[in-house]
Amino acid sequence: MVEVLKTGLFDTIQDLGRFGHQEFGVPVSGVMDAYSATLANSILANDTQCAVIESTVSGPQLKFCVDTRICISGANMNATLNTNAIKPNMSIDVKAGDVLSFGQLVYGCRTYIAVLGGFLTKPIMGSRSMYDGVTSNFRLHKGDWLPISDVLGYRSVEERSNAKSLSSVKINTNHFQTYDIEVFKGPEFVQLDAEQQRFLFDSEFTISKESNRMAYQCNERLDNSLNSIITSLVLPGTVQLTPSGELIILMRDCQITGGYPRVLQLSENSVNMMSQKFLGQKLKFKFSSW
Amino acid sequence: MDFELIYHRFSERSILVEWPSEITENTLKDVLIFKNHLLNSGIKSIVQINNAYNSILIIYDLTIDKINDEISTLKASYSIRVSTNKCAFRHWRIPVCYDDEFGLDLDEISEEKKLSKSEIIRLHSDTIYTVFFIGFLPGFLYLGGLDKRLHFPRKESPRVNIKKGAVAIGGEQTGVYPKASPGGWNIIGNSPLEFFNPKNYTPCFASSGDKIQFFPIDKTEYDAIVSQIENGTYFIERKVIDG
Repeated sequence: MVEVLKTGLFDTIQDLGRFGHQEFGVPVSGVMDAYSATLANSILANDTQCAVIESTVSGPQLKFCVDTRICISGANMNATLNTNAIKPNMSIDVKAGDVLSFGQLVYGCRTYIAVLGGFLTKPIMGSRSMYDGVTSNFRLHKGDWLPISDVLGYRSVEERSNAKSLSSVKINTNHFQTYDIEVFKGPEFVQLDAEQQRFLFDSEFTISKESNRMAYQCNERLDNSLNSIITSLVLPGTVQLTPSGELIILMRDCQITGGYPRVLQLSENSVNMMSQKFLGQKLKFKFSSW
Repeated sequence: MDFELIYHRFSERSILVEWPSEITENTLKDVLIFKNHLLNSGIKSIVQINNAYNSILIIYDLTIDKINDEISTLKASYSIRVSTNKCAFRHWRIPVCYDDEFGLDLDEISEEKKLSKSEIIRLHSDTIYTVFFIGFLPGFLYLGGLDKRLHFPRKESPRVNIKKGAVAIGGEQTGVYPKASPGGWNIIGNSPLEFFNPKNYTPCFASSGDKIQFFPIDKTEYDAIVSQIENGTYFIERKVIDG
């Protein structure tokens, strides 16, 4: 078990998402930055489906009640074990009674805490990803107890004691710092006139405060008179344009359908990169073709 | 009848197929036939297909390598599509209490539309609605068929908290809020039924293509149904219809 002594700004349990239930209107959810979460799991030799904690902007304080191993990836929030600084992207041995804490955010927006064997909260509809209305809790609370595997070597300790546990994996810093967000043209892009298209090609966009797991928004507006479409399908990474000119970049908790014109589609890795951006950061859309 | 379909590459791993821009039952029927045909055709790389009024989104397991080949395969599948299992749609009867306690906007609609409340209730519960798809919230049914006389614009500023089960009218649509939520639709009643329960094997009883009809109940019946649902002894009235 792991006890939540304190929460960060917003902590949830996430895995890669809830598939196969979209016909009931259930969002896929799952880790915002699949690249970082998958990295943390693979450093521990976990299955990629293992559930992790996703913490936004600030991290929780966790007390471990069993010996295990953990790995922190994604945003750097100056993690410490008891009072010792620990490195991200490496396997860290944890003893029963140890306390994991986080400090100031150094870079990125979302950090991932993986444990050996994953967090074993109850799966609902095939996933542990927290989502309001599907799981009984939609965020972690102080005093929560999170089940984890208490068999340290459930796949043998030796198998896991490889070089990775001694050195930290070098990560691509571009993942956190990139200014260019790769996009493809969305189905309604052609309805924009040349000047509106140029606006999307050339402008710099700023992430607004209306940004969360469901969607990111930009401060800059694109005047338009596009008609709504007959409610159609969307995915994480779909960029919708509202009649008042807001660009809404859908993220992992987005709905299955939407009625605003879909002007852009982020590449899958750009959704991951976007997840590491926060209020006030700038970006530009970099167009790719298929 | 074959529709002119448009195929768009949507993302690395998905293709959007669009039917002509209209909301009709014929379109829905063809959307569902093609969707089910693809799901049953054993194309292993297809992991999921979502549908809306006039579109399907086909999601593949890996980045699509040769998009033209993939689209040709889809076009070929469309031309030979067959309605496999004689689509068994269901007709659901949904109890709704239209009492003033629940029907917060009935007075306003009645005044604006020059219809008595009982007339509104009759028009709303006479119609047999078609479930086009489920979206917006888990278990929120997009229903087609609202009587024109009941079309009523959404509220200028949405309510912060609409009660679970609220039956509402938004523009040309009607629907039921499966859980408490903010929303801008006009509320005319409340259904005691559970439209979404993640603990059930099938979390929402209805699916695309089914029919829904509302029937009025009073508060005593409403309370009785609530306790039957709690005890697990309430079964929604339904019959199977041919698609």
